[in-house]
Amino acid sequence: MGLSWDFLADLQLLLQFHFMQNAYIAGTLVAILAGVAGYFVVLRGQSFAAHMLSQVGFPGAAAGVLVHVSPVLGLIVFCVAAAIGIGYTGPNLDAGHRAESAAVGSILAFSLGLGLLFFRLYAGSAQGIYGFLFGTILGITDRDVQLTLAVAVVSLLALAFIGRPLVFASVDPDVAEARGVAVRGLSIAFLVILAFAVAITVQIVGTLLIFALLVTPGAAALQLTARPPVGVALSIGLSITFTWLGLALAYFSDYPAGFFITTLAFGTYVLIRGARAVTA
Amino acid sequence: MAENAAVAFANAGIRFGHRYVWREVDLEVLSGEFVAILGPNGAGKSTLLKAMLGVLPLTEGTVHVFGKPVHRGNDEVGYLPQRRRFDPDLRIRAIDLVRLGLDGARWGVPAPSWLPSSEGKAKQRRVDGMIRLVGAEAYAERPIGELSGGEQQRILIAQALVTGARMLALDEPLESLDLNNQQSISGLIQRICHEQGVTVLLVAHDVNPILPFVDRVVYVAGGHLVAGRPLDVIKTEILTRLYGAAVEVLTTSDGRLVVVGQHEPVSHHEL
Repeated sequence: MGLSWDFLADLQLLLQFHFMQNAYIAGTLVAILAGVAGYFVVLRGQSFAAHMLSQVGFPGAAAGVLVHVSPVLGLIVFCVAAAIGIGYTGPNLDAGHRAESAAVGSILAFSLGLGLLFFRLYAGSAQGIYGFLFGTILGITDRDVQLTLAVAVVSLLALAFIGRPLVFASVDPDVAEARGVAVRGLSIAFLVILAFAVAITVQIVGTLLIFALLVTPGAAALQLTARPPVGVALSIGLSITFTWLGLALAYFSDYPAGFFITTLAFGTYVLIRGARAVTA
Repeated sequence: MAENAAVAFANAGIRFGHRYVWREVDLEVLSGEFVAILGPNGAGKSTLLKAMLGVLPLTEGTVHVFGKPVHRGNDEVGYLPQRRRFDPDLRIRAIDLVRLGLDGARWGVPAPSWLPSSEGKAKQRRVDGMIRLVGAEAYAERPIGELSGGEQQRILIAQALVTGARMLALDEPLESLDLNNQQSISGLIQRICHEQGVTVLLVAHDVNPILPFVDRVVYVAGGHLVAGRPLDVIKTEILTRLYGAAVEVLTTSDGRLVVVGQHEPVSHHEL
């Protein structure tokens, strides 16, 4: 596959196969949802919760493959269950509660072990494990695209509905509560939406690289602006850029998309932090 | 209940399990009064404010605000919770925080500001008016985490007032401020109280910085309340009894009261 300086010809080359079209459709939907959810993850300081959800997704995906339903469906079931669990038992997961962090660490290790067993039971799919740990752009089926579309649309509508009180509850929970915001209910609702976001994002970058789309764009956007609407828009823009470029680079180079997406995300974040350190 | 009562507690009490925070509380604060709620740490001062906001339900008795039973989300009451400073990394503009105080509890997302929405414009004018009232124009567009303690308190007072609140419930607004800022914030609160007719209940555990500004003090200690004019309540015998420790009230050469002594925590009233 040769790149030329003709952009349209390159684009035709990039999208000539059905699996790449699927990768781009799913990737764009994922990037939009991950961008919005990621803004809130960083604003709320819930990176650890996001990390936990992505790891719990691993046995979920394996279970989905094992019982012959879509791995995305397995991811959704496991992640949502974990989100509700965190929401009810450990709402202060990221607030430096040592005992909770230790407990969650043990659960994470167990869930990864469980995922390993499920994949083994499915018989010898090292490729499958690799795909779910690091993402795969080859294996996204038409059904996965449909499911991704449904999840992204529903999650984005839900986020739009709770957006304003969620910002309030995230930055100023005590006053928000006194003003009549259901702070705890919103926290659980957001974790469930985050679980959906994690479940579809895993397809593109895998459970181990998920922060590249779910945390870094939001973190970079918050470095650039303190206006919430602008921050959400920037986070979406960065997330889409990383995904589109990462998929294209992977296609033309034969190196994994996950590597390019994480590298683009990390590089952008370092540049922005550096620029702010210089100008400050 | 007096006709112009802003807050009225009647035979009120709050109990966590078997432990009373306070009980048999009868307290009326009149509209437009500036009242300081004083007492040792852990005496239940914040609990008094939270009961008034409807965040903590009373276990006995009643509390009315402007003649109506309390409920959360009352636009007539502005609240400034006890807190440490905002996280320095919190990236949201001060003015956004004030705006959230106005309509942050409503579902959905705000309409983009470039749309010709008269409702949005009216809200923006209101937010700007509050920023001017507290004198925060210079730093309203900066992220809240980057502001100094005194600047943050001014923004929070604007946030508490922005709904058109007729009463302010302020929990330790002077804590962790230096002496200059303590005085300028106290002065700002007194000015808002007098000029806007806003009733103010201000919780403090340090008596001295707030004393020159208030109309009345309420002392919370040992599960009970004592209320009155500063000169009637801030007396060596009364405070020593309330704190259960040696406390002395001195009068300075220009007639101000100063409270000195070891503020030991007071044990709670048991059932």
